[in-house]
Amino acid sequence: MRRRIFVARDAGAIAVGADRVAAAVAEAARRATLDVEIVRTGSRGLYWLEPLIEIETRGARVAYGPIRPEDVPGLFACGFLDGARHVRGLGDTESIPWLKRQTRLTFARCGVTDPLSLDDYRAHRGCKGLSRALTLKPQEIVEEVARSGLRGRGGAGFPTGIKWRTTAEAKGDEKYIVCNADEGDSGTFADRMLMEGDPFQLIEGMTIAALAVGASKGVIYCRSEYPHAIATMHAAIATARNANLLGPRVADSAHVFDIELIVGAGSYVCGEETALLESAEGKRGQVRAKPPLPAHVGLFGKPSVVNNVLTFAAAAWIMAEGAESYNALGYGRSRGTIPIQLAGNLKYPGLFEAPFGMSLGELIDDIGGGAASGRPVRAVQAGGPLGAYFPRALFDTPYDYEAFTKRDGLIGHGGLVAFDDTVDMAKQARFAMEFCALESCGKCTPCRIGSVRGVEVIDRIVKGENREANVALLKDLCETLKWGSLCALGGFTPYPVMSALTHFPEDFGLAPELAEV
Amino acid sequence: MTGRHNWNEDEATAIVAAQQERGLMAVLSALNETFGYLHKDAIGLAAKALNLSRAEVHGVASFYHDFRARAPGRHVLKLCGAEACQSMGADALAAKATRELGIDFGETTPDEAITLERVYCLGLCACAPAALFDGEPHARLDQNAISSLIADGRK
Repeated sequence: MRRRIFVARDAGAIAVGADRVAAAVAEAARRATLDVEIVRTGSRGLYWLEPLIEIETRGARVAYGPIRPEDVPGLFACGFLDGARHVRGLGDTESIPWLKRQTRLTFARCGVTDPLSLDDYRAHRGCKGLSRALTLKPQEIVEEVARSGLRGRGGAGFPTGIKWRTTAEAKGDEKYIVCNADEGDSGTFADRMLMEGDPFQLIEGMTIAALAVGASKGVIYCRSEYPHAIATMHAAIATARNANLLGPRVADSAHVFDIELIVGAGSYVCGEETALLESAEGKRGQVRAKPPLPAHVGLFGKPSVVNNVLTFAAAAWIMAEGAESYNALGYGRSRGTIPIQLAGNLKYPGLFEAPFGMSLGELIDDIGGGAASGRPVRAVQAGGPLGAYFPRALFDTPYDYEAFTKRDGLIGHGGLVAFDDTVDMAKQARFAMEFCALESCGKCTPCRIGSVRGVEVIDRIVKGENREANVALLKDLCETLKWGSLCALGGFTPYPVMSALTHFPEDFGLAPELAEV
Repeated sequence: MTGRHNWNEDEATAIVAAQQERGLMAVLSALNETFGYLHKDAIGLAAKALNLSRAEVHGVASFYHDFRARAPGRHVLKLCGAEACQSMGADALAAKATRELGIDFGETTPDEAITLERVYCLGLCACAPAALFDGEPHARLDQNAISSLIADGRK
């Protein structure tokens, strides 16, 4: 009997040896003349257990991890193909508490299916959303997405239904569906995981958006730092074309829709939607002023829906399972689930999809297991390099767009990066300014020049030069950046800087009262 | 990097012709990938094909971190320096790499074996610190792993 063995093809798994483990499994099976099929899946997102091997036995999957290539002969010897016990055995995959506690909607298939098998995709409820959308009027699709309460997962949290409605109502001979896959925030990797682990879901979500607004062309703008995601998306788009899911007759309907993949070239600011549009048009990634909104004047001046990978993927789920099922989950005005990315100095880092509302402390200490170094977690940067640093005193903040805003922070794209007590927060604040200077597109003076001055001012504070006056100057500079920049790069760089200064004044050599805003 | 070609105008012209329909980014990316950098003549070729001024093409070429103005070494080591990797000791790894190679970021060793570059986030933040070596991802790096990557590059 042919046995199926699952090893991830996700870049994160490959980076810690998944290819070598898969080769060792193939070699061991060949030697023992066992008939095995090695299925390369996406990652389950339990990264501290990667490379993870799963085997199918008695209708369930049993997991072993983390596995080194040299562990593989031992696994075969102990009879792991029948789910035998092993020192690296984890039991039924679905019963691993870290996985069991999640509500996997967007990531339901990731790590389970063969990412490039359309049959596998269909067997796991794939294409259901598209089939249903094809029976609805465009307006009904828009209203369904609006009713779900879905908000843009790229970071801004803008209601997706409103964005789609605006584009649907905009006049244009051509409209575009633009997927922002320029996931540049440190501590985030959900887009990468989804593109590598369940690419058809993104294609399905974009196709549904196209039906909703009347677009015939789609563009995925993916960052060049993701070679594996790019390769998987290219292959998935080709497969979808061959299967008539993309092309002149989408799923045998009269609709025309196709997707082109555009690869970036290492610019962080191109993750900002208007800079992304410029870059996709072959120009410098310089931010555009809004209005006009991309929904009215987007790619090549045409009305465009610009959404993040996870937003399109969630839309596919919503169309398949219904807006009400999605809206039933969540917290306050943050509806549905959010794929939270636990990263940095954590014992159990990875992708944790859950309804909004868990507290930051629960996510870091309980799910994340505290710092990998064994030291106390001192600060958490939420929402990427433009997100605020949260001290332990704010760990009761619920994971919700509004609750984070109230505490001068942001959820952003769902990344959480933990630091232990060896972190120097003045250094982190300096890095935020340095990064802004490096990645500034140059359009707005506060961002282009203010960031350079910011590095210098922080250096003077740390050196103790005229400290009080320089702190006042830094605060003033942050205000200027915040209000004088067109996009979030200049506008949000004050978040990490000011949060570091406010919550960790001692790292700047300050008494707490001096740092208060 | 294996398979990188020396600058060749005929080959470059063919690449430009094949990619021009997909726009300037695709043209420059393909040239940069094939030759490892954008040769000064590449700007003119792209400008001519796309009916742009050389200044416009230079503006784009110089905007993006990926596009190099000089040929890199035979291997490229891109070390992540973003926050998640910082939290797991990326700064110490960077110090190790620059010390061992005797060069700074953005430079190539005198024997043209290795170019060291900074990258900000590879999406491998749950297995930090991370790097790309000739496009292949490596994570959970420590000082020994950096040394062994460098040794591989010098072979």
